[in-house]
Amino acid sequence: MSATQTKRIFIKGNEAIARGALAAGLTCYFGYPITPQNDIPEFLSTELPAVGGQFVQAESEVASANMLLGAAAGGARAMTTSSSPGISLMQEAISYLAGSDLPAVIVNINRGGPGLGDIGTSQGDYFQSTRGGGHGDYRTLVLAPGTCQEAYDMMIEAFDLAFKYRNPVLVLGDAIVGQMKEPVTPWVPETINNYGAEDWCLSGARGREKRLLKSLFLEEGALAGQNIRLQEKYTAMQAEARADVFACDDAELVVVAYGSIGRIVKSSIRRLRAEGHKVGLVRPLTLYPFPAAVLEDLARQGKKFLTIEHNCGQMVEDVRLSIRKYGDSDFHGHMPGNLPGSDDFTDPILARLGR
Amino acid sequence: MSAEQIVFQAPEIMIDRATHYCPGCHHGIAHRLVGEVLTEMGLVDDTLCVGSIGCSVFIYNYLNVDAVEAPHGRAPAVATGLKRARKDKFVFTYQGDGDLASIGMAEIVHAANRGERISVVFVNNTVYGMTGGQMAPTTLIGQKTTTCPGGRCADREGAPIRMSEIIGGLGGTAYCERASLDSVKNIRRAKKAIRKAFEVQQQGIGFGFVELLSGCPTNWRMDAVAANKRITEEMIPYFPLAVFKDVTAEGARECMPEADLSESAGKSAKEVK
Repeated sequence: MSATQTKRIFIKGNEAIARGALAAGLTCYFGYPITPQNDIPEFLSTELPAVGGQFVQAESEVASANMLLGAAAGGARAMTTSSSPGISLMQEAISYLAGSDLPAVIVNINRGGPGLGDIGTSQGDYFQSTRGGGHGDYRTLVLAPGTCQEAYDMMIEAFDLAFKYRNPVLVLGDAIVGQMKEPVTPWVPETINNYGAEDWCLSGARGREKRLLKSLFLEEGALAGQNIRLQEKYTAMQAEARADVFACDDAELVVVAYGSIGRIVKSSIRRLRAEGHKVGLVRPLTLYPFPAAVLEDLARQGKKFLTIEHNCGQMVEDVRLSIRKYGDSDFHGHMPGNLPGSDDFTDPILARLGR
Repeated sequence: MSAEQIVFQAPEIMIDRATHYCPGCHHGIAHRLVGEVLTEMGLVDDTLCVGSIGCSVFIYNYLNVDAVEAPHGRAPAVATGLKRARKDKFVFTYQGDGDLASIGMAEIVHAANRGERISVVFVNNTVYGMTGGQMAPTTLIGQKTTTCPGGRCADREGAPIRMSEIIGGLGGTAYCERASLDSVKNIRRAKKAIRKAFEVQQQGIGFGFVELLSGCPTNWRMDAVAANKRITEEMIPYFPLAVFKDVTAEGARECMPEADLSESAGKSAKEVK
């Protein structure tokens, strides 16, 4: 993708998400305040109208997700953002978006749960994000940024994937990536591809057959047909799986960690490498589709595995499924409610190495 | 003997198909009135419909317009997003009482309060139709349903909610009227009410709302004639037919002015494939 780069700026991850969405051609934003993602709507409340877009502070997360559904039906590049409890409220609309083949971007700045939990960082929403989250058999593409630059870049990718597959795309950040400040080099894609959205979106039936965007299929066999189509789409999506593979070539132990935790683990790995330990890292960049092939390939080489997450054990299930023919993965969970540093992970890694 | 002449036919927007509604149901009349108004206003090619939940979800099978389906109660939010994305199109929702006055109470109140440039057709038949006749927020005191078999009791289930009175009191509402489909005279008035609720959107004034008192003979366990009589004798006294707000008549623009951002849209847009 050719692009125009601009001067490096020092911004929060939340602002990087907002700026990335604008660069991706965002025209409609709907949201409701919840910590720790409020910088996103606050930034867009001035910046989006300034470029001719629509900003609505909805009455609830339920409403904002349904506004997203409406704007998506109109073919707009639309987005909502929230944090864990708010994302739970949005799940019904996300299911409808998936069931109606509509493109939309939803950002979750994951905080601690369950329930009200706290406003600190966590990776507790992995299951919710990668298993559909709402009712019915559906999946959303899930991107997991670990840096502010990735947060920016993945917003552009998220809109592209949403329109490519006519499917909701979730960007799963967390309070660390949302709230930290880093240098980011903004860029704007030279072209925006809506993958023929004008051929299916609602624009008034002038001179053509009317269009109907729905998820209700009552006729005999119709729902089965829709589900077959959706599953074919999810199969096609597997081509989008990506991971950051770090120091794995000669590694005896591969650590699997994603998002900001993956980045903290990378620091642990660097330190252990400097001490001569043969450890590597696979940091999934897409959580759905999960980069199973990368892990399976490493498992085939006989490597040991350790999955580290900032939760009580969720992604480890996907890791185990990926490598099941050749091995298994241990798990180390850093309990939500505590902020980890790279020191916290060296002992668990060494323990799995057997040293 | 003179040749046959067609003197009355369905508006072009209506799709010629057999109805799925029960005998005596007023959705058919309501659909027809909406179709006539859209046709007369020249909106056939520019209308986007938001379907909701219940018997009337299939409105998109009867009108030849683009449509999207909303989750239960959320049609005003879906319409908000759709209108914001397609500001030059006419956007309306069609919702029943269970959809709009129960689960969807927040969405209807806030869309109206924001003065969204959308129009809402609210069909009130005091009962949940599609799910088999359960109590609605609008079920009258003493009315028996499958979930208030002894008759609705205000102490137990609360009093029936009067939606037009609520919507009429909100700042963003430009037009709000309750009409009825129980008689020819009231049907003619209902059409005018729908037209006014639609016109305020076209004029960019604000939110348009029309409530249509309707019958559900099947779930009321009565025939069509008795259902009409019930509307006249029991519903209208509790749900009075009136204009609850008309900003056009007041000559004022009470609803929030909206900055017209649409003109600048596209200037910054990049090449779109």
